[in-house]
Amino acid sequence: MKLDANSGFIADADAGSLPPAVSTVTVIQPQRGWRAVDARELWLYHELLFFLIWRDIKVRYKQTVIGAAWAILQPVCTMVIFSVIFGSFAKIPSDGVPYPVFVYAGLLPWLFFANAVSQSSQSLVAQSQLLTKVYFPRLFIPASSIGVGLVDFSLSFCVYLGLMVWFAHLPGLSVLLLPGLLFLTVLTALGVGIFLASITVTYRDFRIVVPFMVQVWMYLSPVVYSVTIVPEQYRWIMALNPMTGIIGGFRSALLNQPVDWNALGISTIISSTLLIIGVANFRRTERRFADIV
Amino acid sequence: MPRPAIRVENLGKQYKIGLREDAQRNFGEALIHALGSPLRRLRALGEKSDGRDLFWALRDISFELQPGEVLGIIGHNGAGKSTLLKILSRITEPTTGRAEMRGSVRSLLEVGTGFHPELTGRENIYLNGAILGMKRSEINAHFDEIVAFAEIDRFLDTPVKRYSSGMYVRLAFAVAAHLQPEILIVDEVLAVGDVAFQKKCLGTMQNVATSGRTVLFVSHNLAAISQICTRAILLDAGRTVFDGPPAETVRRYLGQEQSTAARATFAIEPELSMQVTSVALESTDGRPIDGVDFTQRCVLNVGYAIREWKPGAYVCVAVSGESGVHVLWSSDVQRADELTAPRAPGTYEARIEIPDNVLAPGRYHASVAIFAPNSQRAYDFRERPIGFEVRDNESMLKRFGIKFPAVTAIPLNWSTRHVAPVVPDKRVDLSTPPTATVSAEPVGGAD
Repeated sequence: MKLDANSGFIADADAGSLPPAVSTVTVIQPQRGWRAVDARELWLYHELLFFLIWRDIKVRYKQTVIGAAWAILQPVCTMVIFSVIFGSFAKIPSDGVPYPVFVYAGLLPWLFFANAVSQSSQSLVAQSQLLTKVYFPRLFIPASSIGVGLVDFSLSFCVYLGLMVWFAHLPGLSVLLLPGLLFLTVLTALGVGIFLASITVTYRDFRIVVPFMVQVWMYLSPVVYSVTIVPEQYRWIMALNPMTGIIGGFRSALLNQPVDWNALGISTIISSTLLIIGVANFRRTERRFADIV
Repeated sequence: MPRPAIRVENLGKQYKIGLREDAQRNFGEALIHALGSPLRRLRALGEKSDGRDLFWALRDISFELQPGEVLGIIGHNGAGKSTLLKILSRITEPTTGRAEMRGSVRSLLEVGTGFHPELTGRENIYLNGAILGMKRSEINAHFDEIVAFAEIDRFLDTPVKRYSSGMYVRLAFAVAAHLQPEILIVDEVLAVGDVAFQKKCLGTMQNVATSGRTVLFVSHNLAAISQICTRAILLDAGRTVFDGPPAETVRRYLGQEQSTAARATFAIEPELSMQVTSVALESTDGRPIDGVDFTQRCVLNVGYAIREWKPGAYVCVAVSGESGVHVLWSSDVQRADELTAPRAPGTYEARIEIPDNVLAPGRYHASVAIFAPNSQRAYDFRERPIGFEVRDNESMLKRFGIKFPAVTAIPLNWSTRHVAPVVPDKRVDLSTPPTATVSAEPVGGAD
């Protein structure tokens, strides 16, 4: 296609070449109730998911003076403060591991989860411009905002490698569980994030509720303490929080401690359930997003 | 007969008035609401048919569009044009009815959707392309064309937040111009940018329209509708009022407007630095008239007020015909160097004489605006506030009841002479220079 500089018309045959023969039929009609996830459509648009993730990462690390350092500073500062307050002053037991390593191993999945949930719950409202002007699978909006968290996670994981060497606390074979654990964390964050995103569109107060909820959730999860300090008869309540199993799993993998398969199993079931509920609720309400956002 | 590219049946969209507030109520209220809902449901059974707080933005819309047809959609603000496009773009769901579209669909409801100010031009081309539904390979293939079309090659790696608004819009449209779907849905994209850019957009639209794609096109630019579309529908209050040839649809739309009177005055708006206060059609001796014979001169009387003079501003009028095309345009500044001459604050009256034998018999509208050459928007713009009739009083055609077949009625000088009293009775090709045989014919036999 060439441009005719004078008229600005796109002047040649290419504009006349039609796209390939008609293949798809789009049917638009009112739908009621619950809808399944359209996997074919998600695949059709999968490039967009990567573009949205890529955009968030670009924007995140552009224009910040120390760029990637922020992703490291947040967990490191948190670790230092927690180590001083909970480790040194409050003397919370850490299963015989140096407290900084112990708390950092818990902060790795927790900070990823907390940031991911906060980001994705705000994502639909923050990108209402897209919702009202163009069609694509809406699930991509909360899902893509978890992408940045993964990059941050890998950066803060590098710091952990340093800590490990410094405190001479090497992991054992169970470190091989890490990819699976990370996957489980992503699953949980997606479930909670997608659910909160769809609710935030309808009830804007969730913009205030979510940060508070995340903070409370942290103290309900074994981030600064170990499950072992919780009395035996209450542990099952702790286990209902999927992050309990996940954080415990991360500690087992990184600190070479026995893996609590029961807790991990419960986490997996609850996380999957959360994801199903989150996606189902999202699909049910998404048809109204453009009208109410 | 090929199968239609788009089939729309009884499409309707209902909004609950106040839905916005209702939906954004806080969670506490929602809880109370939910707890009380069984009670309310019981009560609602009795008053179900009320429907006062319901509002149909779109009602019973049906049409079929064959592949390659270019459908224009016109109507006043709130007529349902954008709602229709949003439903067909799958952004919002219809309340009733059904639509079926064969082929890939892309829609362009806004120029630059998803542009991120922090990202560079290059990055935004990819991002925006992906959002509009292009594959990465497609964007790669068109990348150079997009950059050339947008004329931004020097700023390709500059964040778009540093772009001028013109550059921004050019880039955004350039990406969109390279969408190649089978069905394209476009909402009022020609309204942005400067005149040169609008022309370029129009050219692109025209090209898309002639390339065999099926296009749905909303615009307030009636000339563009007449020019580009093969068919147009007129929407009013959510319903289709007319469906037919663009020229006829545009005519009905203009007829529907309130501007049947030949004079209009406007409320004073103190926040406008310069504003039009009145427009009226007058005879040359200053009497108000509703129409004029085409062989008579008439005057457009424009009143305007200047509170604060903006350098470079000028007042202009345009007269448009039934198809919406501007037949006449004129401004009170003729030469470029007169543009900066300041004007004292106060009220003004301008009388613009329209010569006789210029406007062909027919119905016209006049628009008045106060513009500045470099500004993208007008200080004040009154679109078609008045309408008037130019009557055919004495043309030869009128005697036979024929409508004047042109936009202007400028008399052309005819000088006719009788060349010869005889006409060749053999078939002669007159396009070739006379040859010996032709000149041998007894043309000059009359001597």
